[in-house]
Amino acid sequence: MAVANPLGIDLDQYKYGFRDPEDTYAFKSRKGLDREIVQMISHMKSEPDWMRAYRLHSLGVFEKKPTPTWGGNVGEINFDDIYYYVKPMENQGKTWEEVPENIKKTFDRLGIPEAEKKFLAGVGAQYESEVVYHSLREEWTKQGVVFLDMDSALREHPDIVKEYFGTVVPPEDNKFAALNSSVWSGGSFVYVPAGVHVDIPLQAYFRINAQNMGQFERTLIIAEPGSYVHYVEGCTAPTYTSDSLHSAVVEIIVKEGARVRYTTIQNWSKNVYNLVTKRAVAYRDATMEWVDGNLGSKLTMKYPSVYMLEPGAKAEILSIAFAGEGQHQDPGGKVIHAAPHTQSSVVSKSISKSGGRAGYRGLVKIYPGARGSKCAVRCDALILDERSRSDTYPTMEIDEDDVQVTHEATVSKVSDEQLFYLMSRGINQDEAMNMIVRGFIEPIARELPMEYSVELNKLIALEMEGSVG
Amino acid sequence: MNAELSIRDLWAQVEDKVILKGTNLTVRTGEIHALMGPNGSGKSTLANVLMGNPFYQVTKGEVLYKGEDLVAMAPDERARKGLFIAFQYPVSIPGVTMASFLRTAVSARRGFDKDGLMSLAEFQKLVRAKVEELQVDPAVLGRYVNEGFSGGEKKRAEILQMAVLEPEIAIMDETDSGLDVDAVKIVAAGVNRMYETSGRTLGVLVITHYPRILKYIQPTTVHVMFDGRIVTSGDAELADELDQIGYDGIRAQYEQVAADVAHEGEVRSAGKVFWVRH
Repeated sequence: MAVANPLGIDLDQYKYGFRDPEDTYAFKSRKGLDREIVQMISHMKSEPDWMRAYRLHSLGVFEKKPTPTWGGNVGEINFDDIYYYVKPMENQGKTWEEVPENIKKTFDRLGIPEAEKKFLAGVGAQYESEVVYHSLREEWTKQGVVFLDMDSALREHPDIVKEYFGTVVPPEDNKFAALNSSVWSGGSFVYVPAGVHVDIPLQAYFRINAQNMGQFERTLIIAEPGSYVHYVEGCTAPTYTSDSLHSAVVEIIVKEGARVRYTTIQNWSKNVYNLVTKRAVAYRDATMEWVDGNLGSKLTMKYPSVYMLEPGAKAEILSIAFAGEGQHQDPGGKVIHAAPHTQSSVVSKSISKSGGRAGYRGLVKIYPGARGSKCAVRCDALILDERSRSDTYPTMEIDEDDVQVTHEATVSKVSDEQLFYLMSRGINQDEAMNMIVRGFIEPIARELPMEYSVELNKLIALEMEGSVG
Repeated sequence: MNAELSIRDLWAQVEDKVILKGTNLTVRTGEIHALMGPNGSGKSTLANVLMGNPFYQVTKGEVLYKGEDLVAMAPDERARKGLFIAFQYPVSIPGVTMASFLRTAVSARRGFDKDGLMSLAEFQKLVRAKVEELQVDPAVLGRYVNEGFSGGEKKRAEILQMAVLEPEIAIMDETDSGLDVDAVKIVAAGVNRMYETSGRTLGVLVITHYPRILKYIQPTTVHVMFDGRIVTSGDAELADELDQIGYDGIRAQYEQVAADVAHEGEVRSAGKVFWVRH
């Protein structure tokens, strides 16, 4: 079946061009999930016993948990038809010439540099930015910053990993967290020592290796007191995968007075179920910021959360979702006020077009005793045509009187007056529509690192093409 | 190059309500026309119809712009061909800065390719000069289009857009309404400067309810509209007369002339032209 995608890329052709797993992968498990597979994964990675036990325990949890019936339709996922562990070869053996023309064209239109294009297309293991990053890494190392893929971190820093792994998102949390806990592979590990400010955003996609691209990556960030780090994952270029399930877990510990910003832009191909559990705990006067952009995938269910555990903790969640034809974006956020004088702000912007469905699902929870806490939620939806849909599910559980909570929600259509105004200045209808949409997401786009913001705007322009009837 | 906007027996309506009932008017570059009329006479409808607001339907008549059928053109095409309207109620575009909006618009007006934009350096040079000329606070460029603007700021932003886009025919829809006298003077000075420096390549249609702005912008011709039609036209003195006798006075004259006319058609009287219904 052809997969609908407004970028005009024939995914079937893509799949065809990249199908030859026997030649491309050093190792691939059989399909399906059981104890043998999990033990094999742990064995292949030469993991310590505790991790193997953790994986097996998580598998048990996964098997017992029912599939969620809320949110999007995840009932169609056939867990027996998935490869849970694929170890790519060092050199994947693909050449740029083998990459389909239309994908190259999309990269060109996005203005992605040559080296990145090859990388994104899965061509070549080496990436030129490695050179740039090498000197940065030396600098970080001097300061005691650790930035590794998760598998390496487990080997090189087993004590830290053991201390924190699974403490923020336990396998019991939900079925997909349990799945990730049993079969995880790749992801990033970041450790920032007390008082260290990492000035440049750590970008997973710059130093990505094949393992980071996994379906079940696991990320753990520990910010010691007074430290600061901005971690950026994903990229706005289309991420192609023939695998239909992406289920990651991200755990972040923000200690006293530290600040962590975590920025994600995902643009999975439109056959992917993107079911991700992201959660942070923030201690005294700590700040956690999630910036989350969701463009691709068939279904995304992702609710970045912040547990404010001590007084003065702050949380900020910024979320953009864009749902086109056949897509369901169900993003949102959770802010848990478990201590006095904690503050949170949630801003969600969703856009739906061509029959797509996007919205906001959020939880604000304020525990008794969390006096003087403040929370502001704002969710805006922009619907571009009659066929598209927006849903807002805000849940508020407030068990303390001495708090300030505000919730604002707007649903708007692009107004004819706005279109006419822009067109009356000579701007054509497509570009006018683009401008309005760009303006709508601007409050979040401006929070992104410059190059991501530029790419995001270009990508939305591509998604918007032909949307004006 | 001379542009001519020629409106012939134009009828237009909103849903079932007929508003323009046979309007005739011609504006050329090098001319300043004032279109006056009481509330509800159809002035703003005419302005919107000329710019192609989809809210209004043209049911009869024609508008030629540079000899081409204007009604058949989309609003953006009209603008690229040099037609401009300074709106009475400009809408806001949240999240889009004036600078980025102006750059996109001027690039379109100057015929850059679909995705092409005027270089940032060239644009900044242009916009800085215009901002200075019109005594606009440059901070406006970093603000979102009309978002949170006061009435006066909106009107000045419209004039800034006009200055940047350099139209050939500009329609100013009640640009003076809601402005204090100082703001009217500034806006008028801006329009006058554009008109004078254009070297007769700009024609202006000033739509207004009050003669006040015409003290600062000298029209070459004044028209009065009642009930969807222009009933009389004259030189700048018509505006003075209107100031003295009011719309009721003009209406009485018009009705008198219409009653006196044995042969239907045009009647000349005291320097004014009364247009009597065919």
